[in-house]
Amino acid sequence: MSKLFVVVDQFKGSALPASWEAVSAARALADQAGWSVSAVVIGPEAEALGNTAIHYGADEALAASDASLADYRPEAYVALLTQLAKEHSPQAVLFPTTSRGRELAAMLAIDLESGVLPDVTEISLQDGKLVATRPIYAGKLLAKVICNAAPQLLTLRARAFGKPVADTGRSGAVTAVAPALAEADIPTKVVDYAAGEGRVSLGDAGVIVSGGRGVSNNPNLTPPAEITDAKEKEIWLAHQGFALLGELAEVLGAAVGASRAAVDAGYVPYAHQVGQTGKVVSPDLYIAAGISGAIQHLAGMRTSKVIVAINKDADAPIFKVARFGIVGDLYELLPALTQAFKERLSK
Amino acid sequence: MKIAVFVKQVPDSAAKITVENGVVNWGDAPLVINPWDEYAVEAALLLAEKHGGEVTAYSLGDESAKEALKHALAMGCAGAVLLSDPALAAADTAAVARVLAAAAQKGSAELAVFGRQAIDWDSGVTPSMAARVLGWPALSLVAAVEALDPGAKTIKVARAIEEGRQVVEGKLPAVLSIVKDFAEPRYPSFMGIRKASQAEIPTWTLADLGIPAPASAVETLELSAPLAREVSNEIITGDSPADVAAKLVDKIIGEGVL
Repeated sequence: MSKLFVVVDQFKGSALPASWEAVSAARALADQAGWSVSAVVIGPEAEALGNTAIHYGADEALAASDASLADYRPEAYVALLTQLAKEHSPQAVLFPTTSRGRELAAMLAIDLESGVLPDVTEISLQDGKLVATRPIYAGKLLAKVICNAAPQLLTLRARAFGKPVADTGRSGAVTAVAPALAEADIPTKVVDYAAGEGRVSLGDAGVIVSGGRGVSNNPNLTPPAEITDAKEKEIWLAHQGFALLGELAEVLGAAVGASRAAVDAGYVPYAHQVGQTGKVVSPDLYIAAGISGAIQHLAGMRTSKVIVAINKDADAPIFKVARFGIVGDLYELLPALTQAFKERLSK
Repeated sequence: MKIAVFVKQVPDSAAKITVENGVVNWGDAPLVINPWDEYAVEAALLLAEKHGGEVTAYSLGDESAKEALKHALAMGCAGAVLLSDPALAAADTAAVARVLAAAAQKGSAELAVFGRQAIDWDSGVTPSMAARVLGWPALSLVAAVEALDPGAKTIKVARAIEEGRQVVEGKLPAVLSIVKDFAEPRYPSFMGIRKASQAEIPTWTLADLGIPAPASAVETLELSAPLAREVSNEIITGDSPADVAAKLVDKIIGEGVL
């Protein structure tokens, strides 16, 4: 029987949510085609994660948890994937679109003389092959693509394939796998790690609350007297505005995003940027405050299910893509919204 | 130390992109150096300034891609090479990576520097592919080079990953992909622009690189515009911020997205 491989992306023993979405999407395809699904888990807690992958739809799991694989090092991981792919000859290898997933797919393509279809949002079966759709130009266009070599390699965009459901009644074999490279043959060492701010990551977030240049625009607030520099005053104001966004995000369990203008102006770090040169996101709810809606920003968020725009300027282009709009002062509206959500969601 | 930096020419990010007769059309929008690659050029120049070395920019494309190379030259690259061959017209990312890897080798580079992805096809796989072709360590999503010793051939980088910042040590030669945190790209100077406009940009074909036309496994079957989403806009008004907020919360909950 033909099989699909799904590579589970994990960090320090926790799987990224997009991994289970990929497993569940693989299950659906395999059922349609009469294939089996093997999850491949590399790194800490591989056996336990392999079991979870079976709950999400895999038939079996291949788990490699050797100490040399504790840190993600692409050369060690891809050497093992290449070896497993050669042993099992899967029809296709699916990865979640995470930075590690993309990289492993890329390197595996070179080893196996195949090609990668990155960040796909739809997959269909045609004559026993996977045909994928992927957004290009930050979603301004869609490309229907196929990989004509075997195995086909695809990375699946987070939140594009439906919510995976675990069935703890499912069981299957979890087979331990030895590493392909000896420690001495791995060309890099991870020597330090510092966790980022413990926020929800933009790509996985169901709700995103974003701020733009307008967040610093509050004539009723006066920066402390010791701040004399005009730019620092602006940033101080912006931080007050982003604090309000943060409070709303807290209540909604949301991630905080920002427009490029806000990032370039130094209001928030680049990790928050939504848009063509930042993150392309597609949450269920996207609240844009003080964002006018430049084409690059719209490209990065317009597939969000419900968009809410808050802006002082009634002509701002963001209102054209918004389901709900409020023309007004975000400094008044954000705290009111936070309060209203608190009351409603606690009921 | 020779540093190779790879740049791509793309339609400006503000361009309205459409499909005409199955081909991507960007109207009269200008073609520019891929914004991510500007960070790569900046990183390459900073590394050369600090640790000694010479930066050469490479771009794969037709004659028009020379504009992206001129931008790299104007920023301060010492040389530029266009990689062009009719056999590469339908090259996929893996084929492109094989050509870029061959160029890095022909140019005797010890560091190959890339932007994280191109804003046209958003693939983000070419740097890691090129690293694999070369057999060099793939140091991707680099936010800072913390140490570099061209003599001892060692490098230490900080990577910006989903979970935070990770510091990795590796050996040269190596492939780096650069993220925005590295440094703001410099503006080309007046002298730089003048120098770039007069620069000779040689073209290397596959024959010059000494490799056969690489196979492309990926085929594009169809390009289309995404279905226009019918958004019915509703402006919410009220007597006070609290009133507006309460109405909006009701509406959002009514959409069933929370």
